[in-house]
Amino acid sequence: MNEQTRRLLVVGAVGLVVLFALVWSALGQMEGFWVSGAGLGTWFAAFLTLSILSFLYDDNPFYRFAESLFIGVSAAYWMVQGIWQQLIPNMLGRLAPAFVNEHMAQVPLDVDPVDRSMALVQLVLGCLLLWRLAPKGTWIARWPLAVIVGWAAGTNLTRYLVSDFTKQVSPAMIPLVEPSQTAFLGIDWIGTLTALVTVFGLLAALIYFFFSVEHKGFLGQVSRGGIWILMITFGAAFGYTVMGRIALLVGRMEFLFVDWLQVIGP
Amino acid sequence: MAETETPSMMERLQAIDRRWIFLFIMLAVVIPLAFDLTIDEVATPEVQAIYDRIEELPPGSNVLLPFDYGPESEPELQPMADSYVRHLCRRKQKLFFMCLWATGQAQTLKTVDHVLEQEFSDYSYGRDYVMLGFRPGGQGVIQVVVSDFRTLYQSDVEGTPIDEIPIMQNVKGLKDMDLILNISGGFPGLKEWIQFGGDRTGVPVAGGVTAVQAPLLYPYYPGQLSGIMGGLKAAAEYESLLIQGYSEAYGTDTERFAAIRRMGPQTLAHLVIILFLVVGNIAYFASRGSSREQRKSLEK
Repeated sequence: MNEQTRRLLVVGAVGLVVLFALVWSALGQMEGFWVSGAGLGTWFAAFLTLSILSFLYDDNPFYRFAESLFIGVSAAYWMVQGIWQQLIPNMLGRLAPAFVNEHMAQVPLDVDPVDRSMALVQLVLGCLLLWRLAPKGTWIARWPLAVIVGWAAGTNLTRYLVSDFTKQVSPAMIPLVEPSQTAFLGIDWIGTLTALVTVFGLLAALIYFFFSVEHKGFLGQVSRGGIWILMITFGAAFGYTVMGRIALLVGRMEFLFVDWLQVIGP
Repeated sequence: MAETETPSMMERLQAIDRRWIFLFIMLAVVIPLAFDLTIDEVATPEVQAIYDRIEELPPGSNVLLPFDYGPESEPELQPMADSYVRHLCRRKQKLFFMCLWATGQAQTLKTVDHVLEQEFSDYSYGRDYVMLGFRPGGQGVIQVVVSDFRTLYQSDVEGTPIDEIPIMQNVKGLKDMDLILNISGGFPGLKEWIQFGGDRTGVPVAGGVTAVQAPLLYPYYPGQLSGIMGGLKAAAEYESLLIQGYSEAYGTDTERFAAIRRMGPQTLAHLVIILFLVVGNIAYFASRGSSREQRKSLEK
């Protein structure tokens, strides 16, 4: 198929979809964009969805437009939320509660002096962080950055050590044989198999990452088992990823065929 | 002029344009949607554990619902959010919505508008539920609310001062919650609620996550995590538990359960992927075998 035929096919397919949508809408089967603001929103969302999906065929200006719009809107949304949900009530609201109450949002007028001074410290650190944009003295921004890094390292270190290490070690120390009063030979065979896979799988994966000794002989065999454990884990993760992506596709198809075109009932 | 060799069927299958695969996947998704193909779901122990935990809570318990996700993961996570709220409202629990993601507030509103206000008109804002809204800071927010919500939440999402909201009268910090039921689309999310919330306070944590995150969170179950729902499949399982448990309310009306509806397309799409994998591998091994034979005959 040459390039010209391909382009004709794409234009034809897009034209057919748009024509169908217009006729379907004119027949009163859809909430047309000339009817309400919500309808216009649905049409624009459909246009953006199709623009993004068009990347599956090839890169094109519609895709790039939708992508740029998404990035821009996301950044702006986060910024606006940050200003109205954090900066105004929690910083300005503590530094100048009367002003904020009168002009911006409802905040308590009675502010604890410690809270007020802490808000002042945060304001100063925030301004210092923005100093990075100034033409001179950009090194000043390193001080608040040091506070952020220090705080994050301190809090994360302790929490990760507790939650991801000590609390994970004890559940790994389990009996290898699960007793059962009703099962054959007094052993819960499924439970036992699960325990064996858990313990030996953990040991094999750990040995694979133990590089102080050369992986030869028995250790080499166990390390090879560790690779298998890792591969099975990656496979499971990939399977889950496929499920996640298909779920997103189902969501978009539902939007296109149920909400926009309304050819499939809800 | 040398005769050009036409590629065999197996070689053609190996070189199939990926766009044909996309088209097949799209059809596999749209056709079950059109014919409303659904599949019976049986709950796995991790999902059943969340359901049981909510059933065991006495009415009037405080449940924190951090909605940490956005529209990009809505098809997977919104059904979970709706199901949690349906279940909690049926059990007459008090709901505290908050979010560590800016986009979480819009998702919270969706659930509140479409589920809570439509189906539970006896639930009153401020008395039975509150929307605390978004605060930036990720796990830092959790660190702070462990001891006191008021440090960060001076007012709710509507601007009402926290101390004027009746439901907040007896709530100081995270320890006053009976359950943390998180819905997470990434970072910060369920993992941070375990590390900085549940493990620190002893308040039970459970939640639903996107399928991509699920394998990383299974190690926390059942010790640090009371239950986990990974992706659309788990959401459908939870919906089926709700239908079974509250058949007088949902027995005949299954249209509102989006995850069950989406599992039909999901299943068919997976079958198509498996089919392509099998066909691709057969084509690969068959063409490898024939090229070996060709090489041997040339050597002779």
